[in-house]
Amino acid sequence: MSKTYFDETHCAIGHPKSTFMQWMLTVDHKRIGLMYAAVMFTFFFVAVATALAMRFELFAPGAQFMDGDTFNQAFTLHGVIMIFLFIVPGIPAIFGNIVMPLMIGAKDVSFPRLNWFTFWLYIAGCIIAVSSLWVGEGFADTGWTFYAPYSLNTGTNVIMTLVAAFVLGMASILTGLNFLVTIHRLRAPGMGFFQMPLFVWGIYATAWIQLLATPVVGITLILAILEKYFGIGIFDPSKGGDPVLFEHLFWIYSHPAVYLMILPAFGIMSEIIPTFSRKEIFGYRTIALSSASIAGIGYLVWGHHLFTSGMSDMAKVIFSFLTFFVAIPTGIKFYDWVATMYGGKIVLSTPMLWALGTLITFAIGGLTGVTIAMVGVDIHLQDTYYSVAHFHYAMLGGVAFLLFAGMHYWFPLCFGKMYSEKHAKNAFYLQFIGFNMLWFPMFIAGYLGMPRRYFDYLPEFQIYHQVSFFGAVIFITGLVYMFVTFYKGIKNGEKTTPNPWNATTLEWHLPSAPPPLENHSKVPYVDFRPYEYKHGEPVVKFDYVTMKRID
Amino acid sequence: MGHEYVPEIATDRDGNEYEVQGWQGDFYGGKLGFWLFMLTEVMMFGAMFLALTYYFSLHTADFVNASASLNRYLGGFNTVILLVSALTMGLGLLKMRVGDIKGAKLMIWATIILAIVFLGVKAVEWTAEYNHGVFLGLDALQSGNAHSKPFGEILFFGLYFTMTGLHGFHIIIGIGLMLWLLKRINANKVNQGHHILHFNIALYWDLVHLIWVFVFPYFYMIGAGDVTGGAH
Repeated sequence: MSKTYFDETHCAIGHPKSTFMQWMLTVDHKRIGLMYAAVMFTFFFVAVATALAMRFELFAPGAQFMDGDTFNQAFTLHGVIMIFLFIVPGIPAIFGNIVMPLMIGAKDVSFPRLNWFTFWLYIAGCIIAVSSLWVGEGFADTGWTFYAPYSLNTGTNVIMTLVAAFVLGMASILTGLNFLVTIHRLRAPGMGFFQMPLFVWGIYATAWIQLLATPVVGITLILAILEKYFGIGIFDPSKGGDPVLFEHLFWIYSHPAVYLMILPAFGIMSEIIPTFSRKEIFGYRTIALSSASIAGIGYLVWGHHLFTSGMSDMAKVIFSFLTFFVAIPTGIKFYDWVATMYGGKIVLSTPMLWALGTLITFAIGGLTGVTIAMVGVDIHLQDTYYSVAHFHYAMLGGVAFLLFAGMHYWFPLCFGKMYSEKHAKNAFYLQFIGFNMLWFPMFIAGYLGMPRRYFDYLPEFQIYHQVSFFGAVIFITGLVYMFVTFYKGIKNGEKTTPNPWNATTLEWHLPSAPPPLENHSKVPYVDFRPYEYKHGEPVVKFDYVTMKRID
Repeated sequence: MGHEYVPEIATDRDGNEYEVQGWQGDFYGGKLGFWLFMLTEVMMFGAMFLALTYYFSLHTADFVNASASLNRYLGGFNTVILLVSALTMGLGLLKMRVGDIKGAKLMIWATIILAIVFLGVKAVEWTAEYNHGVFLGLDALQSGNAHSKPFGEILFFGLYFTMTGLHGFHIIIGIGLMLWLLKRINANKVNQGHHILHFNIALYWDLVHLIWVFVFPYFYMIGAGDVTGGAH
């Protein structure tokens, strides 16, 4: 059997003999992507466990086994891990690395050694973040947003968390930079921007956000650190500083950051829907350009986080109005996906199930976002469980669900084996039901006035918290089930061919599954569109050795 | 890695051949990557200039007064030093391009010396300010004591030390990068045919001096007129 990327690799420094060192020093984009996945999901489960602990606390009113301060640290830990360690790097670091170069027919990313360095920068950030649990006065209790002036006054270990977020931000910037240059420079001959698969478009739009927005939050965190150490005054009202300025600078990054999370996820959706509908995607250009315009509009809407923080009415109206605009390109994508399925030969494999589930959950997440974009409604719903539910429907029910979809979709590509479809589908249904049971009651509780980030509540909210709790248990059961299915697939799944889904994009035209070290045996010439199907069969066929078309 | 890289050829259906761009030896790609990195620096300093402008609009008179107390001669001298260092850096790159390795190294050394002079002057300035009781952590920049300066001046000096400090940090990084560049030139890893590293470090140095070109008027020159700045 031919060698795959599991058997051999290029290294950043020297040629180590041991397999372990080969993994640690690898510059191969596929290996780096897999390592990101392993680290991220480890932290993901830590954050899930923290969330479950909070659900236990909230099962009944009053303090059960966690006091208020611990609860504050718990939701901060949950937020910091989920945002900075998991979902922001998430899809770009995992699938941007593993499949993006394959999709454009490149041998690797533009700066492979920088990619390796970035991975270790990410690990350093993770270590700093998590070690602050045991250093000093304990983990930060500010929430993941570190709002001044509380973050400046609290005795907990905010500085380490800020440093960690800065280092992780650097890693994110360098990933984006690497991908931008890769997409500009390393596309196979013949592949113009409008012949790229849509996932690559998602990564491209994301990379611009990573590049342009992250430095702003980076310097904001630095300023907060300097404020805490030296008292420069910039966010400290006792010296004339303005804490609301912190919120502005923070959200100038952190709002585009949610589009940074969702755009590559939309890219995964745009891969899965045509493949499993066996039909060319409807409105390729509109999907590609809507990614770009979401990235653009996303910069101009940060003020909607500050409707209750003190801002002129005119600014509120403008930010509210601009926020509605995000719904337009998103809506275009939704219609395009649905139109793609219309008249297609739909195959209900697990990735497609996840994509369809996400169409529902993200529609709820997105539309509830439009309601809180309205100034008047937001005054009522700000900082309630309604926002919490909206955010989790959009992020967990959008980004994470599509990440899971991508994991099922590209699993045979990464490992050359197949998981059990039956178990994977069961896991999907469990999670889908658990997810809705977990979050939907929060819309109602929030609408009735349940505030977020409280460890205690009035007795009338108990029913919602208890339904949520059982939803959480079902959801986590499904989650564990899914990972066990993956594990069994890796251990002793059936071997697959390089293209088990009858997909059309270049990452499925490899000589072997899993792919060899330097990807395609020869770089193909691209004179076709990414999703060409005829009568439910892929149009373009390659000889995987010479990479010449044989259709 | 990639020194004997031979580009692959892709062939289309009519037999036409196309050279494939690899990541190895991609001068344009290296340039693009570094330009993008410069963009992140601009965004980072941009956010601080935004904060500076905001507080200037709130505390105009205080800012002008605080600015008047800075030493414009030393600041101006440093501006000239940085501009000349940008010139030597650029000349060094030109010499590298025509293959004059010795001249290029000389120019890089000149840039390093000018950078050290800049840091020396900066140190003199900061020391003088420290002796006047104006420094991060000293009473004058804390609130609620007998020596406290007004809000606007506290903010001015907070941002002054932050931004010139961060800029100085970039100068130090730049000196390190230039020393590394010299080492690579001596090892013949950077030469006429392969000088992307030199090009990017020159680009970096241009950005460092460009930031100073904005920092200087914003901090030193706004108080250059009447001490009250005409605010009354």
